[in-house]
Amino acid sequence: MSNNFFNEMYDASGIVRPHYCAYADWLLATPAERIARKRAEADIAFHRVGITFAVYGDESSQDQGKERLIPFDIIPRIIPAAEWLVLQAGLRQRVKALNAFLYDIYHKQEILQAGHIPREQVLNNAQFRPEMMGIDVPAGIYAHIAGIDLVRAGAGEFYVLEDNLRVPSGVSYMIEDRKMMMRLFPELFSRHKVAPVQHYPDMLLENLRTVAPAGVLNPTVVLLTPGAYNSAYFEHTFLAQQMGIELVEGRDLFVRDETVYMRTTQGPQRVDVIYRRLDDDFLDPLAFRKDSMLGVPGLLSAYRAGQVTLANAIGTGVADDKSIYPYVPEMVRFYLGEESLLNNVPTYMLRKPDDLKYTLEHLPELVVKEVHGAGGLRHAGRPGLDPERNREFPCPHHCRAGKVHCTANTRTVQLSDIC
Amino acid sequence: MLSRTADHLYWMARFTERAENLARLLDVTHQMSLVPQSVAAGNQNWGAILALNSLQTAFSKTYDEANAENVLRFMVSDADNPASIYSCLRAARENAHAVRGTLTAETWESCNATWIELREQSFEQILSVGVGEFFEWVKLRSAVMRGVTFGTMLQDDALHFIRLGGLLERSDNTARILDVKYHVLRTNGDEGTTDFYQWGALLRSLSAFEVYRKVYRDVITPARVAELLMLRVDMPRSLHACVDGIVRVLNRVANSSSAETGRRAGMLHAQLHYARIDDILGKGLHEYLTDFMDRIYDLGDGIGRDFLVPAN
Repeated sequence: MSNNFFNEMYDASGIVRPHYCAYADWLLATPAERIARKRAEADIAFHRVGITFAVYGDESSQDQGKERLIPFDIIPRIIPAAEWLVLQAGLRQRVKALNAFLYDIYHKQEILQAGHIPREQVLNNAQFRPEMMGIDVPAGIYAHIAGIDLVRAGAGEFYVLEDNLRVPSGVSYMIEDRKMMMRLFPELFSRHKVAPVQHYPDMLLENLRTVAPAGVLNPTVVLLTPGAYNSAYFEHTFLAQQMGIELVEGRDLFVRDETVYMRTTQGPQRVDVIYRRLDDDFLDPLAFRKDSMLGVPGLLSAYRAGQVTLANAIGTGVADDKSIYPYVPEMVRFYLGEESLLNNVPTYMLRKPDDLKYTLEHLPELVVKEVHGAGGLRHAGRPGLDPERNREFPCPHHCRAGKVHCTANTRTVQLSDIC
Repeated sequence: MLSRTADHLYWMARFTERAENLARLLDVTHQMSLVPQSVAAGNQNWGAILALNSLQTAFSKTYDEANAENVLRFMVSDADNPASIYSCLRAARENAHAVRGTLTAETWESCNATWIELREQSFEQILSVGVGEFFEWVKLRSAVMRGVTFGTMLQDDALHFIRLGGLLERSDNTARILDVKYHVLRTNGDEGTTDFYQWGALLRSLSAFEVYRKVYRDVITPARVAELLMLRVDMPRSLHACVDGIVRVLNRVANSSSAETGRRAGMLHAQLHYARIDDILGKGLHEYLTDFMDRIYDLGDGIGRDFLVPAN
């Protein structure tokens, strides 16, 4: 397999790709010991930062004392500016179309009426929230923060692996990694013109402030976390601190007269925008999961009354569902009248007999995923899967298969500005 | 600031202070036990520490005799005893972790480092090095934490609630140490060298030995020890100094529902401010200290209701 992987740095004939030349020179000229020393330095520094979500935990657990480090590769993945411009335009276009889709299916459902997406695919989807029908969200934005997973297939050739529109995470790693890289190898930054990423929290805060309920001049924005035991808690504290906003848990908030307040030492304080890092199901025990201890009773009623903005909106999961994914290029066409700048990975839907046949015949080259659920954790199959074991497939109606792309690995690009 | 954040900061400070004062109490008991005495008298002193914290029942579930080693093990390293130094420092760290975004990096790291170092020491190791050294370490780590906190944090509500928690805990703990030791010492009776060492150990445990010399320039008498630890406003661990600080902080953080708590704190302060030690000793020190601890508990209750865990 490995010889099929796309090499970011060298082309097929072993020549350094143009945008890696400066880095390759540096790598050649820098003694290995210095790199090893810097690498160790990075580990120590990350231990100190990452220590929170690693050492912590069940006293009796085997993991006690083990530390999970921020993933950090000393060889950077360089995306040339020209490629990035295309990517950027494609990502904006995609997120815009996904937001238009969400607005549409919670209003007139024109795309369904036009027959571009099978009606039952959307309306019977567990992530479709009837509670959102007819609700107008500020600026018509549902997914304020989107994580679009990309995969490189060849030079200048990117595919979208999947969309994450619910509570995408990982942006803090990007910022921490960049900070570390600048600290360890400042000379690299003088050799390259590297686009900055450090202002992400500022952009995020600005975006969150602009979607405050109408009439609120100086909105109070908070970040809602499931709590210190959540694996992304480091990111929650990081972003709240960087944005200078309160990091709240469900129990810090309460709803009175369809208005959300937080409990402060100076009495109740009104909350206008909630950047929530909590899934829909747990947001409001009165509306969704009754056993949720993490949510805020009555939050949905305040939200529906337009008294508070949630970012992301409720019900975005229907647009990043893997069964909806194949239709995104269709959405771009339908809502924007444009052709998609970014391609989907060729996908076979196993509920279609022809696709199912193809998939079973080409199993070793394909990745098979269950359509429900976010992320790629629940792969039912992957390259090299023993064909004898394909009886373990989940029901074909709930599966899709995608081509395997040979790549160094995939990386999530966060896009906070969608306008 | 968010009530829960204030709550975590307040308890972080309380547990850190509690661990320190427990180390002080165990240290003085340990030092007093070094003076020749009968086994029964020695065990009585160790038993008194359990009684002070109402821990006899919990103790007797795992241990038989309340002797030096058992009580030390129970109060230093026992993870199942919520009042042990181990449990206090763990709770302090858990509270700090929950609000680490509010703390400066140095404050968080010093709290975290304390916990990591503590976890690496078994009770056997502590014994082999010497418990006295361990108690010094606990006091030192508490001092580092305090220094880093007051040396690096913005002087806003976060710092006020840290201070409030520390002062409330310290006032209670000083009262407890005095209560348990004063009685042991008084009933021991005779003046003499033993007594001198015992009172000296008590003063030292509260870092008050040199202070005593400086203030009184005279022999150590029980009444003066009580006065120093209760009524001197310039003695940082005295009841008066603690309540003085509590009143000041409450003024800074006051909100629309905290007037009653402020009034009660002010009243307690006035009583300490105008009290005479002879009157207190005449009416009974134990009664006075018991009443004081009840009122500190009541203040803690009020602070919780007004600021930390308010109803809607």
